[in-house]
This record gives sequence, structure tokens and C-alpha cells, in this order.
Amino acid sequence: MCGFVGYLGNVEPATADGLLRRMTGSIAHRGPDEQGVFVCPSAGLGHARLSVVGLGDGQQPMASASGDLHIAFNGEIFNYVELRDELKARGRRFRTGSDTEVILHLYEEMGPDCVDLMNGDFAFAVWDAPRQRMFFARDRMGVRPLFYTEVGGTLYFASEVKAFARVPDFTAELDEIALDQIFTLWAPIAPRTAFKNVYELEPGHIMIADKGGLVTRPYWQLDFPDAEASRAPRDERQAAEELRELLTDATRIRMRADVTVGSYLSGGLDSSIVSALAAPMATGGLRTFSVTFDSAEHDESEFQEEMALAIGSHHSAVNVGPGDIASIFPEVINATERPVIRTAPAPLYQLSGLVRAKGIKVVLTGEGADEVFAGYDIFKETLVRRFCDRQPGSASRPHLFRKLYPYLPGLQKQSASYLAAFFGAGKDSLDDPLYSHRPRMRNTAAAKLFFSGDLRAKLASYDAAAELASQLPERFARWHPLHQAQYLESRYLLPGYILSSQGDRMSMAHGIEGRFPFLDHRLVEFASWLPPGMKLKGLVEKHILREATKDLLPPSIGQRTKQPYRAPDSQSFVGAGEQPWLRDAMSSEAIADSGFFDVSTVRKLTEKCRQQAVTGFRDNAAFVGILSTQLWHRSFAGSRSDVTEAA
Amino acid sequence: MTQQIKDTVKAFIIDNFLFGDTSYALADDVSLIESGVIDSTGVLELVTYIEDQFGLEMADSDIVPANLDSLVRIAAFIEAKQAAAQPVKQAAGAA
Repeated sequence: MCGFVGYLGNVEPATADGLLRRMTGSIAHRGPDEQGVFVCPSAGLGHARLSVVGLGDGQQPMASASGDLHIAFNGEIFNYVELRDELKARGRRFRTGSDTEVILHLYEEMGPDCVDLMNGDFAFAVWDAPRQRMFFARDRMGVRPLFYTEVGGTLYFASEVKAFARVPDFTAELDEIALDQIFTLWAPIAPRTAFKNVYELEPGHIMIADKGGLVTRPYWQLDFPDAEASRAPRDERQAAEELRELLTDATRIRMRADVTVGSYLSGGLDSSIVSALAAPMATGGLRTFSVTFDSAEHDESEFQEEMALAIGSHHSAVNVGPGDIASIFPEVINATERPVIRTAPAPLYQLSGLVRAKGIKVVLTGEGADEVFAGYDIFKETLVRRFCDRQPGSASRPHLFRKLYPYLPGLQKQSASYLAAFFGAGKDSLDDPLYSHRPRMRNTAAAKLFFSGDLRAKLASYDAAAELASQLPERFARWHPLHQAQYLESRYLLPGYILSSQGDRMSMAHGIEGRFPFLDHRLVEFASWLPPGMKLKGLVEKHILREATKDLLPPSIGQRTKQPYRAPDSQSFVGAGEQPWLRDAMSSEAIADSGFFDVSTVRKLTEKCRQQAVTGFRDNAAFVGILSTQLWHRSFAGSRSDVTEAA
Repeated sequence: MTQQIKDTVKAFIIDNFLFGDTSYALADDVSLIESGVIDSTGVLELVTYIEDQFGLEMADSDIVPANLDSLVRIAAFIEAKQAAAQPVKQAAGAA
């Protein structure tokens, strides 16, 4: 797990090495162990290495035995042992024990189709000298990042956008469409990023770049059966056994490393399952890590400690107290490289710092289970909305919404008719492909109230939801409603926010590699074809997962209702210890200077936050969204290469 | 009277939920929920405001969109509520 940079095109030979070293240096946090560069007349690669597999012989960029290929690789191929054995059986000889060399051999044999055989979290670039082309690939679910841009006719690429700030003539500018998308969908729609003219390779895609230009195509796509087929009866016990077998194997191959592998433990079902499976596989006992909160409504330490005791792990926790989120938020946004509307990434930034301090480089997490096995509230909410829409006048059905959100006091006090109104019961067409996500989009988009007049005018004819709907595959309409909602979460929010802003960018800021057994593509494909009722049974989420793992967990954890991971939002920033940077970032001068938001309304919102009077979703999302956009602007906008900087 | 109530409530909504944004066209009959002006916590703020500003006590059964989801509805509701309270006050004063 590492970071890499590179270019394809014309860079002065005399400056290429220095440029690559500066670009690599800007993402050194991703790979603090080693750095290397490769330069040839029309291409270059740079690599910052976090040594995890093949500690002594896995240096990168790595060349093939023939010298025809050079690779820079970020991530892991978890089935590299089996692939290497097969390659050896076909007569291929290996010089290292690394998974990087496996990719080179596979590419030599199969070309771009090599990715079909890989089970892993990866992004890589292979310079194919005989064909004078650069081949790129990104893992199926979007765990590892890969960005690219073109400056002066040369293609530049990197694991993080900040590397482009080292490229002469690159100017960072906020993409206003992306901002609209973040303020509607929580994340930009890939390949768009928060940076104008900077793109990301989409999950499950490959890209070939040569003198003819760029060609991108998917090699894997999330798929579901047609609605009718998805209802076909299936033996639940057998399905649970298969699931257990797959999940165990997904965890087993993710324990492969030449360093100690630890595990996050949130106290919820998913990370508890992963930790319980990993504990007997960990030589010398499993190390587990948690975030705890001072605020009772966010804290789950009771369950974390219970689970750590149950599996006998050596447990450590980092506590988030008043002011902690505010004190690190500028660093967090420097790492996310995009505005966010929640503070939830910040505690994970603190957590990866704890893991690094404890000398661990790799952690398993439970990420992905909520998408794959329908754990999120939004899936249950969709079910209840559809139930209400079948009898719009019902005075009793809307009370079910209250059951979904016991942690939102504002909702608990509402009448049935207000509950129905808030969730748009009867408002959205059941045939709307975005039916499941409409209330969330409406609630989030309300925060665009704070956009400046100029920005509103520019975006007047733009509709982020319509763009999202236009990208859905033709087969989407044939899927069961639960599967449609799962697709929207898994294809967009998962890579666009969960795995990036909360995932890779927060862990790699401290050089920590996250591994996600629930996102093993074999498990994802298996779960996609399970009947919807096995995943969401009534209003019980992740039913089949609970069945498959009930012997692993104490009942108090195994039967727990999903607690969404949340962190204090606007209240994190105000009060006695208000940070000076916040006053600067939210000052009228700074708001006017960036130009994205309305000075007067933002001033009133900030004052309302200072009075601790902001409690609703919209205003919290708006405050965090505005603040993070301002910090983004301060960190990145207009950034230009500083060529005098030491390499 | 209705117009005066409407203007008072409108000023509160613009100041509190639209943060003084007067460019927002808050039509008298626009749904406050569907237009994203208020959310679930906003309703609670609105109820508190109406009780304090107009000296009314609102029962749980009063807190429904039919009474509160637009300026027109809010003004009509407050006026009706005040009218219903008036005879009681007068009767109490006469005794």
C-alpha cells in the first residue's frame, strides 16, 4: 500500500527526475518507507512505498525481467500467492516475493485482461515500452484512488491530487458542478472531482493512454438479478454457510502481510465480525483499535470493550473530546481534497494516527457490509416509504419512521402527518430510479440556500440528481427496489465518500492501509444475488449476515440494531475554544474572496452555530460544507508549482 | 389581521430558517417542507416561536402540516386559535 505519481508525454529530461521526486514527496505520507523514480524519454513513474509485502525486495517502480515493463502500484493483490503459484507452474520465474511482480507477469501474459484475475484493492500504472503506452487499472469497488489531469499536452497521474500542485502550470480551481454534487449527493460523480480538469479513474475501470489519447472501459460492474428472479426462493441455511465460508476466506487472504495486521473495532456488528474472524488468524493475538467520544450519543465504548474482551484482543482507543475535531479539521480537509458535509472523517483521522503510533501499518475494517447486506437506515426508510405510499391516507403507517431513527430526537416528537411529509411519502413516483434517495437529496440540497448569487446563477440550469439518473445502466430499471438502492449506495457514495473521504484519505494520511473483507468481489457478487428478504428481513437489517455469524459474537452485539457512525458536527467548532483559523475561514472577507457562498447568510448561520442553536441536519450539513469548502479553497485554490522547492 | 400575522411569521422564517436571504421567493402558499425551508427540528422551533410570540398553547394534534406547512396555513391557524381563545378570556374577565 503506497502512493504513486507519473506522467506520459513531454517533460524536459533534465527536470523529469526532480519533478517526479517532488510529486512523490508531496504524497510521502502514503508511503513513508521508501521512494523511487523511473524516467524514460516519454514517460516517468514515481513511487512512495509503505512496505507491507516483500519487505526487502518489493521496491518500486519495478521493471519486468525483460525491462520492457515498469510498474508503480498502490494497494494489494490478496490472491497473489495463488496467482504466483499458477504463473510458476507455467514456467515463469520470480525475482521477488512481492505481489507487484505478479502483476507484471500477468500483464505480460494477458495484457489489460490481467485485472480479471486479481482479487485486491489496487490502483496501478504500467509503462509498456514496446507499445509506447501507459496502462492503468483501479480495483472493482474503488478502495484505492487514481487521479489524472492534462497540462500542456502531457498526462499526469497520481494517488492524490496534491501531487499535481508540483507540476509547472497546473492551477487548482474548484469545480462548481462538483460542489453542487457534494451539496446534493455528498460526493462528486466520478470521473469528476472537486478540482476542475482533474479526473479520477472510476472503480472497476481500466484506462490505456498513448499518443492517440485516452481510452477507458469497465472490466467489472456491480450487477443484480431482475426483480422477478431475485425473489426466487433460496435455502437460507445453505446461503448462510456459503456466506460464512466466503467471508472467512476474504478475511484470511487479507491477513496476508509481512507486517502485523490489526483491526478496527467500532462496537457494531460488521467490525466485530471481522475482528472475531481475524483473531484466531493473528499470530501473537489481534490488536484492535477504536474511537470513543465524550458525547454519550456518539460513544460506543461499552460495546467495543465487550467485544475486545470476547475475542481476547489487545485493545487501544483514541478519545474524541471537545475541540478535538476542530483542532485537526484543516488537516482533514487537506487529506480529503474535497469539501465534505459531515465531520465524520475527522475521528478516523485521529484513529489512524493512534494506529501508526502503536507501530501498526495495516488494519482490517468492517466497511462495506452496510452496502452489501443492506445495513443502512436508507434501505429501511425506502421500505417504509413504499409501505406508506400504498395507503397514503394512513394515520398509523408513518409512525414506522420513528422506529427507524431512535437517535434523532427531533423526529421522535413529530405527528404522523409530519413524519409522512418529511419523508416525502406520496411525493415521489414509485418508478423514479432515485426514489430511495430523494429525501436525502432534498434535505442535503436545501443547504444550497447558502450559495452565493453568482454561483446560483451559474448552476441555475444544473440538476445533480438528473445527471446521476442519466448515468444508471439500462438494466437498473429491472432490479428489485432494494437492489436499486444498494446500487446507488455502492456505486456512488461508497467510493465517492465512504472509501475516500472517510477511508483511504484518512488512513493513508498516517500511512495506514485499510483492508475490507466485506468488499471482496466474490462476496459482493454472492450478496447481490441473494433474495432481498434475506438481507433486509422486515425491518431487521443484514439478516443473513447475522445468521451466518451468530456463533462469533456476544448476543448483545450480534443482535444490535445498526447505529450509524456519526460525529458531532457544528458544535465541534464553536464554544470557548473556538479556533482562530475558523474565524479566518468563515470571516466575511474570506467568504467574499472565495465567492462560493453568500456573505450575509453565512454570517447569520455562523452566529446561530455560536449560540449552539443549530440542531437540524440542513444547517449542520451547510456549516460543515461551507467550512470545508473554505478550507479547501485556502489549501488548494490557485496552487502552483514551486519549482525552487528541494527535491 | 391575517396579513399582519403572516408578515410577522414570514419575518421570523426568513430570519431564522433562510438566514435573512430575501432573494428567496417565499410565496404565501409554498410548502415549507417541500421547499426545504424547514426540517424536523425546524418545525419544533416554529412551534416554540408561535407559542411564545402569539401566546398560544399548541396541542400535539395542532402540530400537523395542515396547520403549519405554509404561511397561509400558519396565519389561518393562529387566527382561528386566537379567536377560539377570545371568548374564554372575555368570559373569564366578566366573572
